[in-house]
Amino acid sequence: MQNNQTPEYAIETKDLSIHYGSFVAVSNVNIKVERLKITAIIGPSGCGKSTLLRAFNRMNDFVPSSHVTGEILLHGQNLYGKNVDPVQVRRKIGMVFQKPNPFPKSIYENISWGAKINGFKGNMDDLVEQSLRSAALWDEVKDKLKKSAYELSGGQQQRLCIARTIAIQPDIILMDEPASALDPISTLRIEELMQELKKNYTIIIVTHNMQQAARVSDYTAMMMIDDKRSGGVIEFDDTKKIFTRPKDKRTEDYVTGRFG
Amino acid sequence: MNTNNHYPQDESFRASLNTRYRTANIWQAIFMSALLVALISLMALIYTVIDGAFGYVAFEYKKDPATFTSTPLEKLSKEELLTILKSKLSSGAYKKLDGEQPMQARSQADLYSLFLERLVQLDTKQIWSMTDSILHGAEIKAETAKKYPKAKVEFRSWVSPQFLSSPMSSKAEFAGVRTAILGSLWLVGIALLFALPIGTGAAVYLQEYAPKNWFTNIIQMNINNLAGVPSIVYGMLGLAIFVRVLEPLTSGSIFGVTDSNGRTVFSAGLTMGVLVLPLIIINAQEAIKAVPDSLRQAAYGVGATKWQTVWYHVLPNSIAGILTGSILALSRALGETAPLIIVGASTFISVDPSGPFSKFTALPIQIYQWTTRAQPEFHAIAAGAILILMVLLLTLNATAILLRNRFQRKY
Amino acid sequence: MNQSRSFDLTKKPRPGESIIQSLLFLAGVLSIFTTLAIVYELGKEAWLFFGNPDVTFAKFFGTTTWQPGIGHFGIWPLVTSTLITSLIAMFVSLPLGLSAAIYLSEYASPRARSALKPVLEILAGIPTVVYGYFALLFMTPLLQSIFGEKVEVYNMASAGIVMGIMILPLISSMSEDALSAVPRVLREGAYAMGATKFETSVQIVLPAALSGIGAAFIIGISRAVGETMIVAIAAGSGPNFTFNPFKAAETMTGHIARISGGDLSYNSIDYNSLFAIALMLFLVTLVLNLVSQWVVNRFRERYE
Repeated sequence: MQNNQTPEYAIETKDLSIHYGSFVAVSNVNIKVERLKITAIIGPSGCGKSTLLRAFNRMNDFVPSSHVTGEILLHGQNLYGKNVDPVQVRRKIGMVFQKPNPFPKSIYENISWGAKINGFKGNMDDLVEQSLRSAALWDEVKDKLKKSAYELSGGQQQRLCIARTIAIQPDIILMDEPASALDPISTLRIEELMQELKKNYTIIIVTHNMQQAARVSDYTAMMMIDDKRSGGVIEFDDTKKIFTRPKDKRTEDYVTGRFG
Repeated sequence: MNTNNHYPQDESFRASLNTRYRTANIWQAIFMSALLVALISLMALIYTVIDGAFGYVAFEYKKDPATFTSTPLEKLSKEELLTILKSKLSSGAYKKLDGEQPMQARSQADLYSLFLERLVQLDTKQIWSMTDSILHGAEIKAETAKKYPKAKVEFRSWVSPQFLSSPMSSKAEFAGVRTAILGSLWLVGIALLFALPIGTGAAVYLQEYAPKNWFTNIIQMNINNLAGVPSIVYGMLGLAIFVRVLEPLTSGSIFGVTDSNGRTVFSAGLTMGVLVLPLIIINAQEAIKAVPDSLRQAAYGVGATKWQTVWYHVLPNSIAGILTGSILALSRALGETAPLIIVGASTFISVDPSGPFSKFTALPIQIYQWTTRAQPEFHAIAAGAILILMVLLLTLNATAILLRNRFQRKY
Repeated sequence: MNQSRSFDLTKKPRPGESIIQSLLFLAGVLSIFTTLAIVYELGKEAWLFFGNPDVTFAKFFGTTTWQPGIGHFGIWPLVTSTLITSLIAMFVSLPLGLSAAIYLSEYASPRARSALKPVLEILAGIPTVVYGYFALLFMTPLLQSIFGEKVEVYNMASAGIVMGIMILPLISSMSEDALSAVPRVLREGAYAMGATKFETSVQIVLPAALSGIGAAFIIGISRAVGETMIVAIAAGSGPNFTFNPFKAAETMTGHIARISGGDLSYNSIDYNSLFAIALMLFLVTLVLNLVSQWVVNRFRERYE
């Protein structure tokens, strides 16, 4: 990196590999994610982008055969260390999913639920309003907070999911192709929102859309599968560099559309 | 944001998280204990039945066997028993027994029971459960010796070959379930003959032929509803239709049978058939649904008609599923009691059913009858009959599972 | 030269096919006739009962003695005992069945599931007459040893509890289906907010499956109301207007079973009255089943 300030890292991986049984899905990832920046993970489908992303908040724990070697360090603490509680990890690292998945509750409760279980003290109405404002949704839903979240459009639902994630004030927000199920206008709004959010949050986003990565991200990790079908990060750098002067030939082929 | 608004951090968060985990663990234990309750209930049920079906019996002979024969009881041969019975029973009683089943044709065990029942007049004084018998055997013997000096104490299994092969009797010690088992078999056979072809036909119609319209929806909804109608209502239907309206048919009078009314095993079998029909249809539909469309298209592709496709491809590939479903429906029919009471199963009958127009009883009916009697020895034979019923049901279900595993096709 | 000959593609009648199709159609609509026959036969006899000048609306719903043979037509004793036994059964089966379903769907490992499911399947396959034996000879003595003398030999509590055990597998399997139909992404959403498994299961998954669980509950009631053998054996034989669950009282189904088991002459008021009761049973269970099906279908639409 060529920043003149000392970069401050939100999270970094050391020799991280993710296994499903005997199959190595992702191997040997070493990246450092900078604070208050947007880092994109790109690569052809099946290269392990989502698997890597889900390792950051231990969502892979729910796949019975999965296990991790190497380290993911958050403030110097290994997320996969012996006494680490995945619930605490997820409290600090929130996630927005591919398809909007609001809870079958009211818009208000969608925000307040996470706050309640995490022991929020203070004015809940304020929190709900703040979170919805931060997710650029407040003006659209302020008159129907008691309505079911399912009455919202897909794009609104996704922004609600972002709102509920920021309501619990995580350090990092993971986004797994957050706009892939949305129309172009909703996608644009989510991308604008991400630029707002990066003032307060570190964001890691998986996307299959290279233009999106080029538009929104500060850093980009390029993933590719090797001959054993394991995914790995082949290049990690400034987004501008990745898209203009990639070091790796494969990255160049991919970003210029000559891949495959 | 308001400074009063905050989340607990570090230590205080960890403390609250521990409380959350404690709640979670308590509830997980509660959820699991529900399954524990189910397991305990099942074990208690099986234990109660087994506990009742075995145990000590204290009995007396009202008349000394020595007054009838000098041979020791356990050495009595069939011929000897016949002579004794013929000479000591009143001729009316002997003729009646001979009419039910020729005396010559009866087994030694059967004649021996008659000897004990009619002549020696075995009299049960008291019975004990299996647990009591095992834990307090010595006390039971001592107590009996005091209370009934002439009585013998014997450990008895109320399920025995004799119990299986004897007809009904008014005395629990001599009663058996042969008549009831035969009745149940007739019943289930008739139900199957009625419901299997119609049920399969209906399933084929609904899956392969029926157009998607409101009428088909009504048929489907109606079948789902019929599956949930209480069995006693089917009993009332059977009573009204098969026993009364169709009496000439179900009593066999149009076939020249004269000595019966509509309360025959035929009526009861048809009632059971109607009862299990929706279950058979639903199961068969599932089996037919599992046949992939590509198979049908392949058949049409070589110019087969609809029926040829169904007959040569759909049915052979779903027959295992249909049969499995039917066996499960049959095990339901085998255990059903309420409709049989309504259509008039006989409460006391010692003659085996000889055809569809016979009066009948069935295993569950006998269990019901015996359970509701006050004397504990009837509860013991009810437990015995339950064991037999459960073994039959287990066999049927095991067959169904084997059939399913054996013919399971993977598409 | 291979010139293809002209080929007739017009429809030809296929008598075999049409006959078979008609037969299959008949098999399909037979079930409609079954329902019609139930409604007609029960309705006809019930009509005779309600048409009897002695049976007035005031007597039927206004008095509390049921003895049609001697002119007492108060239906309440049969209805209250049916309600009490069914309520007890639901009090037992709903919490147990739901807990079991949550455990099986959210907590149990595949191995634990395959060991525990058969227990419920065996419970579901036991004939109700056997449950009746169990109620009379196990549950009643058990209740008597806990509550003492005030528990009568025949009592509604024992029948109700055992009926609850009988219904438990039904509630649990229907609820489990409803719980596992809740999409995985909803659970993931909750976990990603830092929720524990318990919070996810009870506060997110359970509410999302609520209508399916409601349907299970309704079917359970319908099963309890229509259940005959357990109450016929263990609840008591004789209509008795009481709200004390430790007392004997005959339910609607138990009454039908006892009266029709004896010598009953056709065309008597007693005979007609049984059909009137059966018609009420049929209508109640029909409505419950329809409501349950409607709920389940709506639930399916939401997630598919």
